[in-house]
Amino acid sequence: MAGVQVANVSRSFGAHKALDDVSIDFADGGFYALLGPSGSGKTTLLRQIAGFDFPDAGRIAIGGESVERVPVEKRRIGMVFQNYALFPNMSVADNVAFGLSVRGEAKATIAAEVQRALDLVQLGKLGGRRPHQLSGGQRQRVALARAIVTKPRVLLLDEPLGALDKALRVDMQIELKRIQREIGITTIFVTHDQEEALTMSDRIGILRDGRLVQEGPPEEIYDRPQSEFAATFLGDANIFRGDATGSGIKLPDGTTIAASTGASVPAGAKASCAVRPERIRISTGAAKPDPANANTLKGQVSKRIFAGNNSTYFVDRDGQTLKVIVQNTGAERLAEGQDVVLSWSPDSTVLIA
Amino acid sequence: MADQLAIGSRRGLKPALPLLLPAYLWLTVAIFLPLSAMVFFSFMTDLPLAGKEWAFTLGNYEAFFSQSLYSRLLLSSLRLGLEVTLWCVVIGYPAAYVLAKVLKGRSREAIFLLVILPFWSNGLVRIFSWAMVLREGGILDTALNAVLPFKINIDLMYSYPAVIIGLVHSYVPYMVLTCYLTLQAIDDSLIEAGRSLGASRRQVLWRVIIPLSMPGLIAGSALIFVPVVGSFMEPRILGGRTGTFYGTVIEDQFAAVFNWPLGAALSFILLAVVLIILALAAPVLRRAG
Repeated sequence: MAGVQVANVSRSFGAHKALDDVSIDFADGGFYALLGPSGSGKTTLLRQIAGFDFPDAGRIAIGGESVERVPVEKRRIGMVFQNYALFPNMSVADNVAFGLSVRGEAKATIAAEVQRALDLVQLGKLGGRRPHQLSGGQRQRVALARAIVTKPRVLLLDEPLGALDKALRVDMQIELKRIQREIGITTIFVTHDQEEALTMSDRIGILRDGRLVQEGPPEEIYDRPQSEFAATFLGDANIFRGDATGSGIKLPDGTTIAASTGASVPAGAKASCAVRPERIRISTGAAKPDPANANTLKGQVSKRIFAGNNSTYFVDRDGQTLKVIVQNTGAERLAEGQDVVLSWSPDSTVLIA
Repeated sequence: MADQLAIGSRRGLKPALPLLLPAYLWLTVAIFLPLSAMVFFSFMTDLPLAGKEWAFTLGNYEAFFSQSLYSRLLLSSLRLGLEVTLWCVVIGYPAAYVLAKVLKGRSREAIFLLVILPFWSNGLVRIFSWAMVLREGGILDTALNAVLPFKINIDLMYSYPAVIIGLVHSYVPYMVLTCYLTLQAIDDSLIEAGRSLGASRRQVLWRVIIPLSMPGLIAGSALIFVPVVGSFMEPRILGGRTGTFYGTVIEDQFAAVFNWPLGAALSFILLAVVLIILALAAPVLRRAG
């Protein structure tokens, strides 16, 4: 088991910069998600850590040992592929045994370790099956057992749940997390699914166009995004753009929005504010001024989407559509076309430089 | 595919008949009937032409067993088939691997074309051009002597190696094509998975790629072995006096000696032997695949 350090790694394919000076420190035993849209470089970064591809510049260390020029078979990593990549010519047990057998371990040791790994992923009885006789979720577990049976220093997962349907995916998220805790292995997990990243990982790194946009615990990134991209890619956000005032921003129409979290931007500079839809209150009449929800805006409901436990209101205001999510508390629902007042706290408003 | 099978089993054979009929009619007229006539001939004393006397006999088959020449020639033809198949694997498989897994785009198309090219040239032209290359004072001899400081004499013409060279050249495309198809179907992530588990490239090749390309190797070998055992053109032209094989003897019976019954009998014995070999090899090969 070991941590992974990625320092100033760059990788170009022709004129395309797939990774541009990326540095991340993956601590020993942590569960990390690399999150980003397709083409953001997250898979390229994972392949550099795995050793399928070497960086043009920068340093990669596993357990303190520089590995950026070490080929994949010597890095002692475990990898789970998006399509599982099980060997179709081998039984489940032989698939899991592959890594131990190429190392020349004794037959008895291999059999015992394989059984242990299959038990860990709750497939103890299916060792004799062929991969094509398994369901998607079972293949996923075999791929995981095969990756961890060699006791790798790092576990790398390339969108491992992407091919599963929703219900199975949630099961596997819980299962994967359990196994990761049980063996305490440093795990790096590539995904484009923000919900998966939020629910599973200890830390998230958001990538965009080959650069690391923000890195930190899920709560921190969600509550204090440092860029409009981070705010809108991880969760939903209403973005206001204007000029910084020192305690918030002033919109082009003169309205001021107070913000008490986020970056500090000198007055007069261009800045924006992000507010999560669930932090905004929506009401019909002009309510009493409330210092806790000092930011107020008037608007008109243009659309309502009912989703059972909550409703999303789209509120038009001065050419901008704002999103507001209201829990279903039994209170009266608002009609489309109704004039409304939105209010929220400066504490819920993140200033972005 | 599951859907197609379901439809097939629901409707039965009837709707498929109009689609199958032309092919089977053609096969019946063009292959089955003449072949049946050949079976018939093989039991005759002479061809029923120009009012010649003929009777039924087993003599043509007996000839194979009573004269050791035929079985000796059959053995050397089987050995030739085996050797040519082996060379085709040794030469064709690496080429197929590079085509399927290393080259991309235009360079793949170009190399592919070079592999297929022999198919598009006339067989006789191909063999006679080899004759020009292999004979003493030929292209190979002249070229080597022009480069090397000492005098060497290359005359491969009318020899066993010449026959092998000619046959391998004619048949290697089959091996490249069948192996290319199976290799291309192997997902690259399997190779990466193997290496991520600590296997060297060589270990991945032996334990993952070659077992998975067995169907292509087997199909290619069957496509090559069977016609090579019965081949006569390459042995005759490139082998000269050393080029007497089972296939050339059969050809002699039909084209030179005009003893069709014996030629037919020898052909069916060859067919039987090849079928027996394939049947014996099938379980072994299936396990390997």
